[in-house]
Order: sequence, then C-alpha cells, then structure tokens
Amino acid sequence: MLDVRGLTHTYGSGATAHTALADISFSVAEGELVSVVGPSGCGKTTLLRVLSGLQRPTGGEVSFQGRPVNGVPEGLAMVFQDYARSLYPWQTVAGNVRFPLRHLRLGREEAHRRVAESLAAVGLEGHSDRYPSQLSGGMQQRVAIARALAYQPGVLLMDEPFASIDAQTREDLEDLVLKVRERYDMTIVFVTHDIDESVYLADRVVVLSGPPTTVVTTIDVPLPQPRDQIETKELREFVALRGEVARLIRRPSSDRAPEPLHSHSGND
Amino acid sequence: MPPLNSLTRRGRLDHGPRTSILGTLRRGLVGVVVALCLAEAVARWGVDSSALPPVSVVLANTGRLLVDPAFLTEVAATLTAAVTGLGIAAVAGVGLGLLLGSLRWVERASSVVVEFLRPIPSVALIPVAILVFGQGSEMKVALVTYAALWPILFNTLYGVRAVEPLARESARVFGVPRLAVLARVVLPSTAPFVAAGVRISAAIALIVTVSAELLAGAAEGLGSWILRMSSGGANTDMVYAGTIVAGLLGLVVNGLLRAGEQRLFRWKRLMEEQT
Amino acid sequence: MKTFPTVEPTSHARGPGMVRPAPANPGQGAQGPARSGRTARAGRTLGSFLLRWAVLAGLLLVWELAALNARSPFFPPPTEFLARAGELWLPSAEAWLTDSMRDDVLPSLARMLAGLALATVTAVALGVAIGLNRRIGDYVDPVIQFARALPPPALIPLFLVLFGRDDLMRVLLIAFGTSWPILINTIEGVRSIDPLKHATARVFGVPLHTRLTRIVLPGASQKILAGVRTALALGLILMVISEMVAATGGIGYHIVQAQRGFQILDMWAGIALLGVLGYLLNLALTLVEHRLLAWHRIANRPSSEPAGQ
Repeated sequence: MLDVRGLTHTYGSGATAHTALADISFSVAEGELVSVVGPSGCGKTTLLRVLSGLQRPTGGEVSFQGRPVNGVPEGLAMVFQDYARSLYPWQTVAGNVRFPLRHLRLGREEAHRRVAESLAAVGLEGHSDRYPSQLSGGMQQRVAIARALAYQPGVLLMDEPFASIDAQTREDLEDLVLKVRERYDMTIVFVTHDIDESVYLADRVVVLSGPPTTVVTTIDVPLPQPRDQIETKELREFVALRGEVARLIRRPSSDRAPEPLHSHSGND
Repeated sequence: MPPLNSLTRRGRLDHGPRTSILGTLRRGLVGVVVALCLAEAVARWGVDSSALPPVSVVLANTGRLLVDPAFLTEVAATLTAAVTGLGIAAVAGVGLGLLLGSLRWVERASSVVVEFLRPIPSVALIPVAILVFGQGSEMKVALVTYAALWPILFNTLYGVRAVEPLARESARVFGVPRLAVLARVVLPSTAPFVAAGVRISAAIALIVTVSAELLAGAAEGLGSWILRMSSGGANTDMVYAGTIVAGLLGLVVNGLLRAGEQRLFRWKRLMEEQT
Repeated sequence: MKTFPTVEPTSHARGPGMVRPAPANPGQGAQGPARSGRTARAGRTLGSFLLRWAVLAGLLLVWELAALNARSPFFPPPTEFLARAGELWLPSAEAWLTDSMRDDVLPSLARMLAGLALATVTAVALGVAIGLNRRIGDYVDPVIQFARALPPPALIPLFLVLFGRDDLMRVLLIAFGTSWPILINTIEGVRSIDPLKHATARVFGVPLHTRLTRIVLPGASQKILAGVRTALALGLILMVISEMVAATGGIGYHIVQAQRGFQILDMWAGIALLGVLGYLLNLALTLVEHRLLAWHRIANRPSSEPAGQ
C-alpha cells in the first residue's frame, strides 16, 4: 500500500545543513493502522509531509499503491495537528467536509450522503450549519476527521492530531479513530510523540530515533480488538509494550550518543 | 488610508466601565447637540453672518435640498462617477493584488514604480485629466480610478499574504487542483481584506469626485453645484448645505458597506470573538 | 494582535517594496560559510535592487519612445520634462536656491509639515484621551465620523472665511484633514494595549503621567506611526488642493498655472516633483519608524523571523 525506501531529507546545505531524516524505511499494508512514534523534534512532521507529497525528499523513495509519489497522490487524506488553521473558517462545518469532494465530481446526492454520514460517524450530526470557530477544539478536530472520512481515501495520514487536545477528549477521539477505522476498513498512518497513544491505537509501531532520524525498530502490537481505554491499558502485554517503546525512545541505540532534543530547527 | 473604524464599535479590550448601547447613543446625541450649539453660537455672535450662516439656517436648507429633484440630479451625477471609478479600481486592484501577491518577482520588480506613482496625489493629476478627458465625467472617473486603486491593491496584496499556509496545504493534500485552490481558498480568505479596501476606497472616491468637480469646474455634480453656489458669494448657506450633504453621503456609503461586510463575513467576526 | 477588518495599516501603507534592510545576524561570526552566505544574500539584495530600478527605467524608456513617436502635445517625453524639472528646482551655478524652489517648493513643504505636526500633536493627545476613556469617545464619535466624511476642498470656503487667505488657513486645512487617520489609529492603538499592563502598573502604584509615557504611548506607537504615514499622503493632497484655490505660490499653484498657460512641460515637471517628494518623505518616515520602533522589532523577532521569508 505505502512503501518507504531509504528516505533521507536534509534542510539547507554546507555547514548549516540539518539532516532531519537520515534513513527511513518501512511499509504499511492495506487496512493496517501503523503508528509512528519518536522523541519530539525527530522530524515526524517532515516525514508526513514527504509521505503526503507536499515536500520532496532529498533522497530515497516513497511509493503509494505501487506508484512512486511525485507531488500529492490521489486518494490520500490528512488530518493536521493544527485543526484551527487547517479548517476553513469561512465555511460551515458541512462546507468544510464537502470541500475536498467537489473536485471528485460525485454528484449532489452522493456528496450530500457522504457528508451526512461522516459527520454522523464523528458524532457531529446537528452541527453541520455552525462555523468551526463556534466549536471546541475537540469538535473542530472531529470536523477535520470527518472531512478525511468523507473523502474515503486509500490511506489516511494523521499528524499528531490530538497533541493540542485535553486528555479526556483525547481518549474519546482515539476511540473514534478505532471505530471509524473498523467501519471504513481504512489504512491509517498515525504520527505521535505519545507512547501510550502509539501502542493503544496501532497494529504496528514504528519507533524513530532522535535526529538525524532513523527507524530504530518496528514492533508488532498483538493486543486484542476491540480495545478499551481502561481494560486494554491494564493488560500486562500493553504495559510491557509501552515500556519497550519508551526504553527505545529514551536510548535510541547503543552505538549512538544521545542527541540533544532541542537542537532541532523547528519543524515539528 | 486609515482603518475607518467607528469609534463606538466595541474594542476587544474594554477600558473603564462597560457602557450600554443606549448610553452610547445618548452620549453621542449630547455630543452632536453641543457641537451644533457651538457652531450656532460662533455664527450668531462670532463672525459676519453672511459669510458664516447659523447652523439652524444651514440645516433647514439641507432638508430642503434633500427633496429638491434638480439638486438630486447633481448628486446622482457625482455618485455615478464615483461608483464607476470605484468599480474599475476594484477590478484592477483585486487582479493586480492577486498577481503581485502570488508572484513575488512581479511584486519586487514593480515596487519602485509603485512607490513613485502612489504618492502622486490624484488632485495633482486633475490638470492632466482635464487636458486628456475634458471636463466631463470621464475626467472624474479616471481620477477616481487612480485614487481608489491603491487601497484596494494593497489590501488585496496583504490579504493574499495573510492566507493561512496550512489552509492551502490541506486543500493540496486532498488533491484540489491549483486553480481551484486560488478560487476556493485564496479568494474567500482574502475577501474580507478586499472588502475593507473597497470601503476605504469608497470614501476616497467620493472625496475625489467632489474635489475634482470643485477644482476643475466640471459640468455637473455635487462639487460643481457647490462651486456655482459659492461663486456669487450670496449663497453661503447653500454652500454649507451642499457640503453637509457631501458629508452625509460619505457617512451613508460607509455605513452601508460596513453593514454589508458584517453580513458577508460573519465567519470572520465569529473567529475574532473566539480570540 | 489581530485587528480585523482594520487591516494592519503599516503593511498596506508601506507598500510592497520599501527597501528592507537585510536582517542582521549577530550570531554569525566571520567563519567561511557564514561569510559566503552573507555575500550571496548581499548579491541577491543588490540584484533585486537593480531589477526594481531597471523596471522603472524601462517604463520611462517606453514612455520616451512612445512620446517621441506620437508627439502628443499633452504627453511630452520624460527626458524633456525631467530636464525642465532640473532647470526649475536643482541648484545650478548661478543660484544654489532657484526661484521656484524658494517661492514654491520650500513654502509648500513648510506648510505641509507644519500642518502635519499640528495634526499629530492634537490628534495623539485627543486620541489617547478617547482611547483611555470610552465615555469621552461616545460623546465625540458622531461628530468625528461626520467631520471626517466632509470632502476637504469643500471646506476651503469655510476656512477662507474663518482664517483669512494666507498661510494660516492652509496650515489649518492640512492639519484638519490629516488629523483623522492619526486620531483613529491612536484610539485603536491605545485600546489594543493589554489591560494587564495597565493593571500591573496600577498595582505597583505607577503614577498616571508615567503610565502615559511608559505604557500608553509606546504601546500605541506602531499604530500611531502607521496613521502618520497615511496622514502624510493625505497631507500632500491637501497641500496641493489648498494651493489650487486663492494662492499665489506653492507646488499646486505652479501646476495649475502651468496647465492654464498650456506650459505642459512645467505641469509634468510639477507632477514628477510630487512623486519624488512623496517617495522621499515616505522614506524619511520609514527611517524614523525604524529608530522609534526598534524595541518592537526585537520583541517580535523570534516569532517573525522564520515566518518572514
């Protein structure tokens, strides 16, 4: 579905060059939910921008559904961390969800059905005529998720979508992601710096090192489905997995000296 | 031009006690009455009253003028010229603003030319406009277009630059074609800036039209009417009545455009109330 | 500080291309790569500088060729009227100060600057009072809104009656017309100051006059200067208007006389002079602003620098 081979990305050149991605390879199978976790400042946002085709990497290759990614590929959707800026304030909730559907030429009824259905899926029926600025942060992020669902993408990229949302709402939204994934049978790449979140949501966790970023390892998450915020997190396997990921992030690998986390140039 | 904000519009940060709308109205009325009394007093006891007639007389004349068909024809001529010039300036200003805002090199290349053209006051071009267009309405329209162009152009430019990059990117991620991004992301997001520019330019357009009529001795219009009235020297009360109508016209146009903005850009207001 | 739809006046008033000084990089020493980066940037700045002026020169050239071709009586070639402008106003061997410079340009500028100065002082004082006290604002708002909507040329008869026909009347007309943008911007600027700053000062018992000079004026300074910039453009217009009626000298008088006497070169020379004066005055104001608002740039540096380019 999505293949990343030997991806590298360097900002600038010469003495001021900053290598954000040193060597990234992983793949995502159809219907899988893969979370990508790493210390803050490890180039997660760069990685997602490259995956989505918004940014061209300086080296390596990304292919999506068998075709190399050059520019933004079709059938891809993204939920950004900054919901307030990625939604369109001049459009209503329904308008925002309908927005990317226009160029698909779906026909009025089909578009209407998708909008209504995806808004219902995120629990926002009855809010369709309000403006994003009239909603709380959590509800705005639900709109962004609905927008992605209505588009029915081949793969959904989520860039730390819940990083600026309070803990209680965050748990609700995590469960929402699991629910819609079940229902739409969707392939999801979920980038986060939250270890609990990465393990709780995923089928597989890709652990990144600090910059220059490489893939430390990939861990399978054989936790039973459906997951539950309390019961799943009480399981011994969950505790063991989150411990393993945490140790990997704290000590990236034995042969590399720990990198200062804040030396990064600010794209995460 | 300045941000033409009404002073009574509640700012985000209140200093002093919060006041009710009724109190604001009452105090505004008191202010107007005091100003009128002051002007009346100056006219009655200060200066020669043939040169500066009392406010009561001027206001009575203003009332009579507002129902006088011959006078209203002149006002219509002024409005037509102002609106035509404003329309041309809006189309040109938005087009140029989008172009300069989207292509940095065009903006860079044109900057010095713009810096030299912009400070040339439109009134200084009245002589040229008379030579080229005569004293008819084309002259007025040309001057208005020139003067009204700048605020619209710069507001559009500023608006395009203020478009949220993430808003563009989210459209691109969903595969929205580039031209559609311009039409459905850049334009709506810039629209409030354009509207503010048009409102500022509308005030300028009216002032420039009346000025051009006054200074160039145009065939018709509010300005030429004032000029005709003042040439005899006996009709000073009419001159002031005409001036007051010009001021009222400006107020009405500004109010209408502001109300239109409030309706059209409700989303913008909602956004501001949030922050 | 998002104040919509006020539309940040600085940016549209300054226009796109005021020569922006290259950002200073105090952190970078004289190491090789840093230096080469700096020369590269200097090269780019020089390049774009040349490009801007080349475009102006190119347009003038096109005009020149078109004018030579068409020989329209109303549109003389730029070289001719620029030469005439030089003759009229540039210092020459016989006179350091030409007649027209002494009789038209300098008095015009003096009146304009006097009017602008008067407007700035009055409008800032009034604006601070209104900005700090909403009730005062309520009383004067309708009157201000109306007075601002009056077309200044229509006020000339009134000003002639009230203040006579000489310089005083012109200075007051300019002051009257230019005070509105400064007044409105001062009010906006004062009202946009974070109330927490006032509260902090009051808690520490800072007296009113210190609060005015240390909190209110600096806080509103950016907006005030933006207002002055707008007022400057308006001042030029009013300067010309006031000299088109009942005047015996000044740039506006010069232009009108030239047009009436069909001295087309003189007329265009006057218009070009206004363009140059406007450009120079704007530049001067930018320098003043740069000095006065240095603290503002420093305060905003971390957030504005990466987003700037």
